Amino acid sequence: MNKALPWIVGAAMIALPFVYSAPYPMHLMIVVLIWSFAYTSWSVMGRFGLVSLGHGGFMGVGAYGTALLWNHLGLTPWIGIPISMVMAVALALVVAYPCSRFRITGHYFALVTLALSAIVLQVATASRDLTGGSLGYTPERVQGGGNILAFQFESKISWYFVALGFWALGLLIRWWVDRSMIAYALEAIAEDEDAAGAAGVNVTAEKLKITALSAAMTAAAGGVYCQYQMFISPDTVSGISVSLQMVFAAVVGGIYVLPGPTVGAIITILLAEGLRIFFGTGALGYDNLVYGTLLVVFIIFLPQGLVGAAWNKLTGARQTA
Amino acid sequence: MLEVSGLIKRFGGFTAVSNVSFQVGQGEILGLIGPNGSGKSTIFNMLSGTLAPTAGTIRFLGHEIGGLPPYRIINQGIGRTFQIPRPFKRLSIFENVALAGYYGQGQPSRTKAYDAAERALSLVGLPIDRNTMIGGLGAAGLKKLELAKALATQPRLLLADESLGGLDEHEMDQAADMLRRIRAELGITIIWVEHIMGVLMRVVDRVMVLDHGEKIAEGLPSEVSADPRVIEVYLGTDATAVQAAAAERQ
Repeated sequence: MNKALPWIVGAAMIALPFVYSAPYPMHLMIVVLIWSFAYTSWSVMGRFGLVSLGHGGFMGVGAYGTALLWNHLGLTPWIGIPISMVMAVALALVVAYPCSRFRITGHYFALVTLALSAIVLQVATASRDLTGGSLGYTPERVQGGGNILAFQFESKISWYFVALGFWALGLLIRWWVDRSMIAYALEAIAEDEDAAGAAGVNVTAEKLKITALSAAMTAAAGGVYCQYQMFISPDTVSGISVSLQMVFAAVVGGIYVLPGPTVGAIITILLAEGLRIFFGTGALGYDNLVYGTLLVVFIIFLPQGLVGAAWNKLTGARQTA
Repeated sequence: MLEVSGLIKRFGGFTAVSNVSFQVGQGEILGLIGPNGSGKSTIFNMLSGTLAPTAGTIRFLGHEIGGLPPYRIINQGIGRTFQIPRPFKRLSIFENVALAGYYGQGQPSRTKAYDAAERALSLVGLPIDRNTMIGGLGAAGLKKLELAKALATQPRLLLADESLGGLDEHEMDQAADMLRRIRAELGITIIWVEHIMGVLMRVVDRVMVLDHGEKIAEGLPSEVSADPRVIEVYLGTDATAVQAAAAERQ
């Protein structure tokens, strides 16, 4: 049953648009999948105690990089997204390397990375001539609406499959990381860096590897988000609120379990949509209020997150010696 | 095998280790003793790469290793245990040791790391199943785990830091036997820092005594335990008992 479940869910998700494809639910599904990919990308490092509040920055680099390369150099997002991913990795290493060398961990690491998302937000807002500033930015549309080469698709169903693919790839990467020796090393580093070093782990190298991977994945999510929405603004793809939203969603769903961030995305997006529908524009920003409150409640009472807690209930924790 | 010469470590104005030189031969067990704060752990931290020496050289198998990061020193064949066991609580016993087997051997195949882990765990007498967590291990168990982690890195030189603190007499004898077996069966050279003199004197080939960061004596356990300076700074009224233990040495 446990082995079959992912395949059943996967098959159901592939079959879904052939059975039911009303535009609004489809749109919600696509957005949930893209953000799930971003949250999963965050959790790839977040689950090892590397709590980054800078991932909004990587998302922003991915989104703006992809759009700017397309509009100015005519580079297809198929190349633009990888280039943006490389830029995000470079940015991540510039921040993570000194953090690791000078032993900036835990809360202090979170604070340093917080500055990173603020910087990307400021740069995107201030470079008005290039990025349109706070008014936002739009990649140029190709003639006829859809074009695979331009990474633009007309139908929601095509987008659904693109988002599904990236989401599945994100889960696959995290699944692979969680089962590799790197996971042991990072767990060890999270507990005791000196002891991890004494076990032969190159602490800085392992931290940088996972940070680079996580940043690259998040930038890819930013690029895909940009292509889907065809409109980005500093607040929606970069900045502190996006970073916080990632932490919140991942923590609520559960950062230690594979489907956790996805469940977190479903909850946060339905919450934001629900508030928007019921309260209209009068409730703008209420979702952040609810996130903040719930985040505190979850960290205190359910640090494993919803999926994590349910999983522990079902399977029981591992036995002790 | 290991040649340390003119080793100095200063922390600001304080000299923790002052011009210490010594050698360890292949297959030897060297005991390192001294009062608290005499520089034993600082020397260990320099040998294992946790601290960089202020001056002096550390040559291991002909290569200078002073100032290298810990993971490179381990990959050259020096393993260590910590005075206070530092297990990774979120990993199982097996995973703790497999991690050391993997990274400590320079990331070979996973199978090789697992093999090393199983061998190390059987040697120290801990369960080799994959999922038992460390929660139920007592002081003796944690020391064993610490040793298994160090052994899984396949060291040629083992730095054992006060492995017997917190154990009862029976457990101490077991642990001392363990070190003897590690040398006899695996051919691993050992430097052993230990507070409990009686047990140490029975096992080691040679003893080096530190006081205030300086080497004040070195030699056979019987010589060192009769040295008036050592008795004065360290052994004190226990001297007779320790001398008796040194005489008993097998």
